[in-house]
Amino acid sequence: MKVTITVNGTKHENDVEPRQLLVQYVRETLGLTGTNIGCDTSSCGACSLHVNGESVKSCTMLAVQADGCEVTTIEGLANGDQLHPMQQAFMENHGLQCGYCTPGMVMASISLLKENPNPTEEEVRVGLEGNLCRCTGYHNIVKSVLACANGNK
Amino acid sequence: MGGSILGTRVLRKEDPKFLTTGGVYVDDMRDEPLLRGAVHVTYVRSSVAHGRINSIDGSDAMQMPGVLAFFTGADLGLEPQPSAFNPAATRTLLAMDKVRYVGEPVAIIVSETREQGEDAAEMVIVDYDVLPALIDLEESMASSVHLYEACGSNVVFDTTALGMPENTGDAYFADCEVVVKGRYLNQRVAPCPLEVRGAAAAWGADGRLVEWISTQHAQGAVAPIAAANGVDPSQVHIKTADVGGGFGAKIGTYQEEQLLGVVAKRMGKPVVWRETRSESMVALGHGRAQLQYITIGGTKQGKVTHYQLHAIQDSGAWVDMGTILAPFMTRPMSSGVYAIPNIECRTTSVVTNATPTVAYRGAGRPEATAAIERAMDMFAAEIGMDAAEVRRINLIPKFMEPHTTVIGQTYDVGDYETALDKTLAAADYAGWRKKQAERRASGASKQIGIGVSVYVEITGGVGTGEAAKVEVTDDGRAIVYTGTSPHGQGHDTSWSMLVNAKTGIPIDKVELVWGDSDLVPVGSGTMGSRSLQQGGNAVYKVAGDLAEKAKTVAARLLEANEADIVLDTDKGIFHVAGTPAVSKTWAELAVAEKGNGGLSHDEFVGVPSATFPFGAHVAIVEVDTETGKVKHIEHTACDDAGVVLNPLLLEGQIHGGVAQGAAQALLEEVRYDADGNPITSNLADYAFISAAELPSVNVVHMETPTPVNLLGAKGIGESGTIGSTPALQSAVVDAVAHLGVRHIEMPCTAERVWTAIQNAK
Repeated sequence: MKVTITVNGTKHENDVEPRQLLVQYVRETLGLTGTNIGCDTSSCGACSLHVNGESVKSCTMLAVQADGCEVTTIEGLANGDQLHPMQQAFMENHGLQCGYCTPGMVMASISLLKENPNPTEEEVRVGLEGNLCRCTGYHNIVKSVLACANGNK
Repeated sequence: MGGSILGTRVLRKEDPKFLTTGGVYVDDMRDEPLLRGAVHVTYVRSSVAHGRINSIDGSDAMQMPGVLAFFTGADLGLEPQPSAFNPAATRTLLAMDKVRYVGEPVAIIVSETREQGEDAAEMVIVDYDVLPALIDLEESMASSVHLYEACGSNVVFDTTALGMPENTGDAYFADCEVVVKGRYLNQRVAPCPLEVRGAAAAWGADGRLVEWISTQHAQGAVAPIAAANGVDPSQVHIKTADVGGGFGAKIGTYQEEQLLGVVAKRMGKPVVWRETRSESMVALGHGRAQLQYITIGGTKQGKVTHYQLHAIQDSGAWVDMGTILAPFMTRPMSSGVYAIPNIECRTTSVVTNATPTVAYRGAGRPEATAAIERAMDMFAAEIGMDAAEVRRINLIPKFMEPHTTVIGQTYDVGDYETALDKTLAAADYAGWRKKQAERRASGASKQIGIGVSVYVEITGGVGTGEAAKVEVTDDGRAIVYTGTSPHGQGHDTSWSMLVNAKTGIPIDKVELVWGDSDLVPVGSGTMGSRSLQQGGNAVYKVAGDLAEKAKTVAARLLEANEADIVLDTDKGIFHVAGTPAVSKTWAELAVAEKGNGGLSHDEFVGVPSATFPFGAHVAIVEVDTETGKVKHIEHTACDDAGVVLNPLLLEGQIHGGVAQGAAQALLEEVRYDADGNPITSNLADYAFISAAELPSVNVVHMETPTPVNLLGAKGIGESGTIGSTPALQSAVVDAVAHLGVRHIEMPCTAERVWTAIQNAK
């Protein structure tokens, strides 16, 4: 099936298999491997990216469903050398270790603050429940998100 | 003159890449020329826990779209290989006559795409004669059905067979005023690195095999992969892409990785393989899985005089690393932080029809700590003493010279009482006891529980040191070669700090090479919390020696005596003492040394022994006595890892460790049904801990240097996991102790807590 999807500001027209997941489209068709796959049950959130500005687990969506949509992946966040404030907050607060959950975690965190610009620690924890990390114990991820929220004030 | 960079909170050099383009994990290597035209390998896995294979039929699978080849063990001419830990146990890398766990590789599909391989694997028909599935450890010990007939038993390793004494039973406690017994299961858990396993293999034009693996130890993969491919180890080149976590489960080299080169050779093409999470949950090694029979005895005043442990280790379906953790990690640490004059510890390792067990974060020490800490709690409850107090009066007093426990393990340095005191103060232990009393008096449905643990563990027990090489390039950069293998620990940053401290070369001009068996042929990888104390120590020593070597070059160029040459480590320049205006840079020295083989130093730096980090944790939970639901509300952790190189990274290790320890105490367990079918084989069914189930961690700093290495550093990678689990379990029991509950098995789920409350009524 033919789809037109704008990814990180660039319009792509592709012929995709109807069963292709959005995450496979991004990784295999476009070669944007920053978005990772951590499970096969839509549990881990490693593949979170933005579709029309909202965080989506891209393993829960078919590429054809994203036809006509604007998709942003981790590769599209920074403005040249200028990190997005959330990327900066993760860096400054040691919000990542092995880096595997990180792209999805950053995308989900941006979405979380968009919905709730001034969350409590508890709200951040509950808000990120669908994004799993095995390295950080979430402590510094939560700290990063709260720091980013404070920076926005 | 600025201060040393050592001990400061340097942000990670690794992060910009991970935060902008993402890491390049083995499944992300799109630009690797050797992998152009690669085909996909999918493993067909056993669907039964225990059975004899009558036939394997791949004919339907071969008809599926995109399928290029189908191989069984017979097709590949596989021969049985003995276990390193019990040579009577042998298996082939693809099961041929017998399968022993659900998930064991049985056959191989090669296909054009990964999805085609997954579809085709479903079409392979394996006919089994099903054998009784042995999942329960004690049932397996007693069974006349043997997983490995040549072993003559399902007991595959026992300390009594090593000449260590058998436990003497109840008679041991004849002189004790108080004796408490327990049978506790340190349950089977799944390591769950976020990146599952993946590998890629290609035969180069030079006839050598190049294989990329998501591993913690590239150098260790050379021999098994060479053996499986029937080539000399010199013909194997192992490389490591970014690794998305390991937690011990990626130390060893698995069947799937050993066979890739064989398939690539057959196909005449490079091959890639990546498991799914559902495969990973049954085929990546599991951790813990130790049944413990514990007896503790002492006086009514609280002095523990006798302790006896029989640890029955579940090896799973292969005699893998998990087998030897009980005898060589749990047993030596059975005394914990306590001065117990009489200790007996026997360990028995048993094969079962479950996924093989391997080293998982802590690897034998969490089990030792859980056993003695649970015993201390039971003893305290029996005599009606406060959990912190009973620990205090039994602690080994502070020692700054090596101390040997009754079980025969020597610890380097220890100051357990200070760790306990600092932690109790930081956690406001007394305040929480008061709140707990008030809550109990109020009769509220939500009750407070307070758990304390004090622990000591072994780090750097693997390896006798580490190799390091530092070379300086013509443009003044330092290239560091290390035998450690980072997968989240931040070695790029840490090792750069060490090089900077010795050379003055800025950390952004230090580059790290690791995980490549050609470029770094000697290395013991990253495991057992060894990296800083052995690998970092080697880098530190080598960088220092290189700086000394460089002074002789600088002396020549500056026409001065070597003894007068000073290295300004703020600026990274050499000059004659007193005349800093005339100087030489590292780049100038490197250029000058070009004709002499370059400016570099290479050395294996040994260490005399392991180190023994220690600490104390206090966990606070709130338990809803009506539903049994546990909320972990506070956690205070004091983990003394000696001299700290980078507090930011140290804290990160503690946070992650605490979370994994809490996960075992409260949530996670790998479970099987009676037929040996895994029922937690994906992340929807397995209770992987999330942010919503954890509090932030209150880290208490304490630094007792070890004399064992130049840095004074001990390991920190596993400590959090070791201290947190018993504190959490203890806190849950404590929350409902006033209702008559003495013990709740892990994980302390709502159902178990609720049931314990009902049973106590």
